[in-house]
Amino acid sequence: MAKTVINDIDFSRYNIKAKVKYRHKTAKGLTPEIVEEISYLKGEPDWMREFRLKSLEIYNSKPMPTWGVDLSELNIDEIVAYISPDAEKAKTWDDVPKDIKETFDRLGIPEAEKEYLAGVGAQFDSEVIYHNIKEQLEKQGVIFEDFDTALKKYPDIIREYFMKCVPPTDHKFAALHGAIWSGGSFVYVPKGVKVETPLQAYFRMNAPGTGQFEHTLIIVDEGAEAHYIEGCSAPQYSVSNLHAGCVELYVKKGAKLRYSTIENWSKNTYNLNTKRALVDEGASMIWVSGSFGSKKTMLYPSSVLRGEGATSEYTSVTFAAKGQHLDTGAKMIHLAPNTSSKVVAKSLSKDGGITNFRGLLRVGPKATGVKTTVQCEGLMLDDISRSDTLPIIEIQNDYVDMGYEAKVGKISEDKIYYLMSRGLSEDEAKALIVKGFVEPISGSLPLEYAVELNRLINIEMEGSIG
Amino acid sequence: MGKMLLEVRDLRASVEDKEILKGINLNIGRGEIHAIMGPNGSGKSTLCNTIMGNPSYMVEGGSIFFEGDDITGMKVNERAKRGIFLSFQYPEEIEGITLENFLRTALNTVTGKNQSILGFKKLLKEKMQLLEMKDEYAERYLNVGFSGGEKKKAEILQMAILNPKLVMLDEIDSGLDIDALRIVAESIKKVKTEDMSILIVTHYNRILDYLEPDYVHVLMDGRIVRNGDSGLARELEETGYEAIRAEELI
Repeated sequence: MAKTVINDIDFSRYNIKAKVKYRHKTAKGLTPEIVEEISYLKGEPDWMREFRLKSLEIYNSKPMPTWGVDLSELNIDEIVAYISPDAEKAKTWDDVPKDIKETFDRLGIPEAEKEYLAGVGAQFDSEVIYHNIKEQLEKQGVIFEDFDTALKKYPDIIREYFMKCVPPTDHKFAALHGAIWSGGSFVYVPKGVKVETPLQAYFRMNAPGTGQFEHTLIIVDEGAEAHYIEGCSAPQYSVSNLHAGCVELYVKKGAKLRYSTIENWSKNTYNLNTKRALVDEGASMIWVSGSFGSKKTMLYPSSVLRGEGATSEYTSVTFAAKGQHLDTGAKMIHLAPNTSSKVVAKSLSKDGGITNFRGLLRVGPKATGVKTTVQCEGLMLDDISRSDTLPIIEIQNDYVDMGYEAKVGKISEDKIYYLMSRGLSEDEAKALIVKGFVEPISGSLPLEYAVELNRLINIEMEGSIG
Repeated sequence: MGKMLLEVRDLRASVEDKEILKGINLNIGRGEIHAIMGPNGSGKSTLCNTIMGNPSYMVEGGSIFFEGDDITGMKVNERAKRGIFLSFQYPEEIEGITLENFLRTALNTVTGKNQSILGFKKLLKEKMQLLEMKDEYAERYLNVGFSGGEKKKAEILQMAILNPKLVMLDEIDSGLDIDALRIVAESIKKVKTEDMSILIVTHYNRILDYLEPDYVHVLMDGRIVRNGDSGLARELEETGYEAIRAEELI
């Protein structure tokens, strides 16, 4: 995919501010009353209401993190925790209110669903407004529901798994999520069922000064396979928005899950997201992650390899432009013997943007015969941008095969000159080098998403592209 | 259009504030093959890079004309579009971009026309066959993991596709064994058209046995000190640069 110039950059499609009627909107800030109000509006069982209130207590007891990005300007008291559009959950796009549908049309979601997706969930601010799965998969017992519906239809499963992988005690924003989560998806793939085409969730924040706290829970049962894709975006506002989602993945014995994300939050958004997978014996967990948007991001998808022979891969590209500080990375936690992991993280920074790769590799005392490689590479496109790497490696036994490589540098003037000597302008040369740099990631996405990734890179390189 | 393709007039250039070229005069006509010979550090690569427009090389005086136009202040890519090509001594490796995609992009840019994917594939295949290159090179990332000889051959392939008017070969013979050198030299001969002019920069004359220059210039300490025909190269082979240096001092 080495197109140097894509002419049809439609930047506006991410920036549509839909004029939508809202049904409920809580007051700004975070109080037990607001938490109770959210639970009441959703008609939740008592245990969930109590879970929320307990999480709020934990949230209040924990200090703000003092590492990672600067959060001093994030004022939770100014954020609206819950805002629901005036719409019923629809199973066909015709039943989605026109103004909301228009937003998703411009993002290309209904069209994508027709062409190559097995199912789609679409969330607008705090609530899921559309959720549908191909009939054939439903017949095979695959469950793909918005989270509120799942809580009503499958209360026992939800209670067994909800925030067990990422407990509210984990960190301050996990606790925040536990208190005011809303929306998201629940996926269950039964034993041995292989879902060939991807399921997709799209998260859209539309209203200014609000938060989105969707919860994603995926259980891929023994020997089953699935590919889940999430996309996120929001229009640009001057006030801060907050995204603190939570993703919990259970990959059972011999199962395979691929989780791809293309994140393009607007540059007023704090993205403090938690994603974790528990990977059982012989199972495989693949993360593919593209982070382009947000003002500040702290995001470290983790794989806990707890079954013998479990494997995980993490491939990411992070692109920080002016005013952005993106602190991302992966955690690979090896708890069982003969587990393996591979991390390939690439980051780009320009116009003063800051990227930081923060990785954790932990190999427990029982995890012998582990194979692991970590490769992180940062490319700065000018003199005023920054890129750092901060790996933490903890190995607690002697039987580990580990490879580690970190490289940070400025884009090479010699390479630019070489390409220019073949007729490319300076901007085209830079864009080509960047495309090549991220190729390992775009190459591992389905074609449509690779095109989307290229489009986002072109937008970020805009002004660099003639 | 003037008779000369390239006219270099009293060119002075520096790198990192050190003057390397101290007044070069050089005329190259259409279809001619010129060789510039000189010891290490005499300014041969600097001359190629200054003609190509490398921003690391500062022109301190003089001018460069191409087809009668002053190109001294022109950007590198503008020169490339006019038909100047430099085969690099150390071609850069570009990760993630296949040779084929890169060359199609470059040809689109140089010609200002978008090549059809199929039409380009055909052209590429034809040129690769001409140069006896394996098809798989098209799918490999540009120069990544290529051996010295493969890199030089890939430069010749680029030259064959882009079909420039002036080709500068910056030490194309460096790092090649005798067999690789012969293959590369023969490739250049296959690609050269009647109108294409070539400037060979080298300090050995072995490659000149294959390419037979019309003119030979000796560059020492930033100046061209001798001009001649291929006989001059043979003379150098026997006497070495030191003899010329000694002669210069008299």
